[in-house]
Amino acid sequence: MADGDEAAQSRAKREQRPLVRFEAVSKHFGGVPAVDSLTLEIASGEFFALLGPSGCGKTTLLRMLAGFETPNKGRILLDGEDIADVPPHRRPVNMMFQNYALFPHLSVEGNIGFGLRQEKASRAEISERVGEMLALTRLQGFGPRRIDGLSGGQRQRVALARSLIKRPRVLLLDEPLAALDKKLRAETQFELMELQRKLGTTFVIVTHDQEEAMIVADRIAVMNHGRLIQVAEPSKIYEQPNSRWVADFIGEITLIPGRLAADGTLDSALGQLRIGSSVDLKTDATVWLALRPEKINMSAERPTGTVNSVAGTVFETGYRGEMSIYKVRLADRSLMKVSLANVNARRQAAFSVDDLVWLSWPPEAGIVLME
Amino acid sequence: MHSGDNGRSSRGIVLVPYLWLALFFLAPFAIVLKISLSQTALAQPPYLPVFDLSAGWAGVKDFAGQLSLDTYKLVGADTLYLLAYLKSLEIAAISTALLLIIGYPIAFGMARAPRAWQPLLVMAVVLPFWTSFLIRVYAWINILQRDGLLNEVLLKLHVINTPAAWLSSDTAIYIGVVYSYLPFMVLPLYATLEKIDESLLEAAADLGCPRRKTFWLVVLPLSLPGVAAGAMLCFIPIVGEFVIPDLLGGSETLMIGQTLWTEFFSNRDWPVASAIAVTLLGLLLVPILLYERLQQRSLEGGR
Repeated sequence: MADGDEAAQSRAKREQRPLVRFEAVSKHFGGVPAVDSLTLEIASGEFFALLGPSGCGKTTLLRMLAGFETPNKGRILLDGEDIADVPPHRRPVNMMFQNYALFPHLSVEGNIGFGLRQEKASRAEISERVGEMLALTRLQGFGPRRIDGLSGGQRQRVALARSLIKRPRVLLLDEPLAALDKKLRAETQFELMELQRKLGTTFVIVTHDQEEAMIVADRIAVMNHGRLIQVAEPSKIYEQPNSRWVADFIGEITLIPGRLAADGTLDSALGQLRIGSSVDLKTDATVWLALRPEKINMSAERPTGTVNSVAGTVFETGYRGEMSIYKVRLADRSLMKVSLANVNARRQAAFSVDDLVWLSWPPEAGIVLME
Repeated sequence: MHSGDNGRSSRGIVLVPYLWLALFFLAPFAIVLKISLSQTALAQPPYLPVFDLSAGWAGVKDFAGQLSLDTYKLVGADTLYLLAYLKSLEIAAISTALLLIIGYPIAFGMARAPRAWQPLLVMAVVLPFWTSFLIRVYAWINILQRDGLLNEVLLKLHVINTPAAWLSSDTAIYIGVVYSYLPFMVLPLYATLEKIDESLLEAAADLGCPRRKTFWLVVLPLSLPGVAAGAMLCFIPIVGEFVIPDLLGGSETLMIGQTLWTEFFSNRDWPVASAIAVTLLGLLLVPILLYERLQQRSLEGGR
């Protein structure tokens, strides 16, 4: 239900005129394409994530929006206006750099107030707004400190405050949490979301961490080789990836190749498998059934009443704390990934290596991918 | 036991530079200091008292009793020396300023050049060292003399109509000094400028700072350690410079190095020459200590 609300909200945001629009934008470096004829719209107030493996062009896209790179082809519109001729220092966007790029010769206050001083704001206004930013990023009392005396987390917050103080139309975040340790990163992700809701500023985050993108973003653009592969809400990207590549890139998945039979089942090496009714595909087409590990049930006995079930032996187990991951070797020698929540604190893992197990899932648990 | 050995050997390593300093700086300095406290004499060596070990403790006492600050009083009283000191400081200060003005853009350009070119550019800056310093200064005599290269070019370009007298002037000293010391200014500047992260300049632009202003607000402040290092590396040796003013300068300009040389070799007044040297060292300690304090402060800030 909450999911539906979120999706509706994010749709409502998009129905307004897009704040940022990339129009068939291409950028290459010495003949090597970094961004390839890409069209994308980002709505006002959205928390938008650019996700992809390193070298997929996501950072180049962000830097083009900031003005540090110029597209070779195409246009970038901000609020409906082409910003090609606007130099970086006049663009109403601010960036938080991956290495934070804090000025080592300035204090925390000096760094945060830098942007306002360029606007020739009055002393009183600068000190007031720097104070606001220090409070917003929980850095009260750190104002006069030197940058090199701060911890990684504190630096991250100074960088955030510095990029927010000018109240940019769009805040660009280039791998903003990459330098933090895992626990701090998880906390900061929620802080970022809260901050974004509070300010209503459009955030565009670049990350290679799919989990991070799914947690923070309203919408995710999955990129590879300079192209958009899928743009959708996190739950849609996860539950309904549009290709094997996306399915494999986001989370764990097992892909079962097969052919669509005339009766609407999937003819695979594991036998006839029933699939969800939502697919309308040509018979005989080669497709892949994608199954997330948590959607598969694992039992020692052959389950009754479930439609799809296959037998196998446990090949590998991985304990993750909240759940365990099992790789199960099936009759056709392929491996299927299954995850089970560790609900019982007393019991050890339910299955161990070489156990004979049955895997089963309802038809609607998997999705059929055509490419 | 092992760690004990290690401790001893590492302590030994720490001692090496001190030993070096004691042997090649402190000991000669003590000798110079002692001579500066002696009196001139027509003798071999040309000063009194002479340290006589055979007389034992009484000899040492007698020796110490004869030492005096008379020479320093003499150096202080004669305006010749004062003027030479002032002239040296003036030439060193102006030269250092010129070196900064010329060296900074060179270093900045080098640091902003494509990565692949940079080793080549550094090489080009160091290249003059392949030729002996003395020979290069002699070459300047050739260039600066009345029918030299400089006048020839200027006449051809109709900048001047009659050959100008470059040689034996302060201008010639400045040309020689700036030419000779440029690498010592450029290299430390380049080293600090090259380390400035490109993303800092992008961050400044992102926050609304135009390129030109970024230089004053970000690049220059971050390069100040390099400016200080380059200035020290040039200023201190220029104050004591002897070869350049002697070969290129006029007879009316006397730097302290030349005065010292004259006292030592022409007048054979070793005590006065030594007193000049000791005073010079005292003078130069001021900027060195200032620099040390500056470095100390930036190191403390780094923690």
